[in-house]
Amino acid sequence: MRHHQAEWRGSPIAPACNPRFLERQCRKESITVGQTLILTGTQAAALAAKLCRVQVVAAYPITPQSKIPEVLSEYVEKGELQAEFVRVESEHSAMGVCISASIVGARVFTATAANGLAYMHEQLHWAAGARLPIVMPVTNRGLGAPWTILNDMQDTIAQRDTGWMQFYCMNNQEVLDQVILAYKVAEQLMIPTMVCFDGFRLSHTMMPVTVPSQEEVDAFLPPYRPLYTITAETPVNINPVVMTDPLPDPEGNLCPSYMGFRYRLQESFDQAAPVIAVAGREYGERFGRSYEDCLYRYKTEDADFLFVTMGSLASEASETTDLLREEGVNAGVIGLRVFRPFPVQELVKSIRKARNIAVIEKAISYGYEGALNTELKAALFSCNGHRPAVFNYIVGLGGKDVKPADLLEAAHDTIRSAENKTVQKHARWLGYGV
Amino acid sequence: MSTAILDLPEQEFILPGTRTCAGCGLPIAYRYMLKALGPKTIMTHPACCLTILHGIYPKTPVAINAVNNTFASTAASASGLAAGLKALGREDYTVLAMAGDGGTYDMGIQALSGAAERETNFIYVCYDNEAYMNTGVQRSSATPSGAITTTTPVVPKRQPKKDFIRIMEAHHLPYLATTCSSYPGDLYNKFMKARDIKGTRFIHLAVPCPTGWGYPTGDTVKIGRLAVETGVVVLYEMEQEVLTLTGKSLSMARSGRKRPVDEYLKLQGRFRKMSAGQIEDFQRQVDERWEQLLKRAGF
Repeated sequence: MRHHQAEWRGSPIAPACNPRFLERQCRKESITVGQTLILTGTQAAALAAKLCRVQVVAAYPITPQSKIPEVLSEYVEKGELQAEFVRVESEHSAMGVCISASIVGARVFTATAANGLAYMHEQLHWAAGARLPIVMPVTNRGLGAPWTILNDMQDTIAQRDTGWMQFYCMNNQEVLDQVILAYKVAEQLMIPTMVCFDGFRLSHTMMPVTVPSQEEVDAFLPPYRPLYTITAETPVNINPVVMTDPLPDPEGNLCPSYMGFRYRLQESFDQAAPVIAVAGREYGERFGRSYEDCLYRYKTEDADFLFVTMGSLASEASETTDLLREEGVNAGVIGLRVFRPFPVQELVKSIRKARNIAVIEKAISYGYEGALNTELKAALFSCNGHRPAVFNYIVGLGGKDVKPADLLEAAHDTIRSAENKTVQKHARWLGYGV
Repeated sequence: MSTAILDLPEQEFILPGTRTCAGCGLPIAYRYMLKALGPKTIMTHPACCLTILHGIYPKTPVAINAVNNTFASTAASASGLAAGLKALGREDYTVLAMAGDGGTYDMGIQALSGAAERETNFIYVCYDNEAYMNTGVQRSSATPSGAITTTTPVVPKRQPKKDFIRIMEAHHLPYLATTCSSYPGDLYNKFMKARDIKGTRFIHLAVPCPTGWGYPTGDTVKIGRLAVETGVVVLYEMEQEVLTLTGKSLSMARSGRKRPVDEYLKLQGRFRKMSAGQIEDFQRQVDERWEQLLKRAGF
């Protein structure tokens, strides 16, 4: 396996697979960072929660997430983390506990995957509608039936419209960083946030992770200050029935209707991009790893062929990009760190020079194509004139290995089809066997 | 001894303007519950008749903090309130969870069983009006046999009511009680007692519903009393798993007088299709349960 050079902008952390490079990188950043530990993605997520001083944790086991609550319960039982750990009887209750604990003003945390996330579905809508800054890592895993415990992104992509922000991680350093960032951003916008990372590929793979000190995280992330405090003197009825038209309160002030509340949520999403960028920049200034850019970019400057993808696939695509460059293809990679809010402007700007784009996805909207592909094409509609050829490839469902050969095939297929002026009618599935 | 009406605290937490149906038993009970629990109470409830009672945004007639939650997660929500308040050092609040029979016997059983097993520090009240009343009188597992509902419209419900209280007993709670909206003194005493006990406290509250049961709205208190006087509802409490009859049920046990169930059934439209045989069956079930409870209470 070849390793590519780190020339990308944004996060200075290398794609997942090069520990030696990461160590070097960590040394380079040692002016501001704490110690470098070798951690799995789940350990990184749990450690991040501890550094964020979460006050209530409610979690239910599901592979490949289980290590997160295991590690957190150890922190709590050893007294290293002052938190209430609620060992719930289901994911539906895990989110139920988080919602109510957040309502009374606690910083809360849970984690799940796959069917556990699907079981939470109703509660996800509730958390977003109630405007609660809950942070939840999701170790991406395929949904049954039939059963798989292995990785794809169908679980989180299927929750796209629940009103949660969705961050995607490329390596375990990003898992730790994005959990801390997620609290910072969620508590400003009052929008719950999923931090998604690939099950097993990241959750169970050990990588060097540079861990900031508690003091540094405290300085970046102050204690959660809820919008209101429950008091006996001024009782409130939280999340009651809301009517279709604004109604006056006892003082005669018109209060929002149901649709008014929905509009406010969307408005906050519309304002989210700069909030994420500012927090990401501050993170970079403090810890040496900037997340100002919501996109991971690899050799995009002169690229006329681009892979557009998310999660650890971005590192795999980076490897393949080097192979393509050896073939003389000016290839590059864009990996979305933020899927909701969807980074329309950034994406459109960054693909302006590309003629051919292969969108590589580990999820599908049945009856159509990959959601990222649909959204990328929709984003292009907002940009004048530029119409690159966009081809969609579904890969890696249920943990199926995505090999450089698969991604080379996607690239060659895209470039060949574009030259032949072929329009793709259906997303092409790679590696499904029979 | 029941607290006399005149000895109850004057402070009201249920103000005029509740949106329940005329004759609803729920606000009667809720009023006395909150008098016992006081202002430092935070309650959580799913979509149910209570949602209606609590009113429409931005006004509410209920003067304690209330949290709405999803149907299956009342006890999970209470767990979250308890955990959050503890984490913030605000344990001086009483966490109260309330759901109907549908939200307890059916959909909420998992979260409630989980919270009870975890010994969560809260009071759970199942207000039982014996069907999904808020959605329009559909059958629940708390609906008694012989009742017509909108989902048993032609053939009245065949199965008997789920013995949910025994399921809660199996959780070995520090406090478990049954009460009824027609006996405010009994109800008040039980909530006063529950308030000062730590751990999961479960209270089954029988609440007549004129809309779903088919009786005149002025008869709610009378129907509730008849439920107790016929032994359909038995008032008791269990502290550290010791069963004690209370109030009217205790005096019935002492006097040996219990009215026939027919007096209770015949006043309600929902039982109008019951045959003489079915009424006999119903009587037999009530008698069996009454005898069991008498025995367990040491009679």
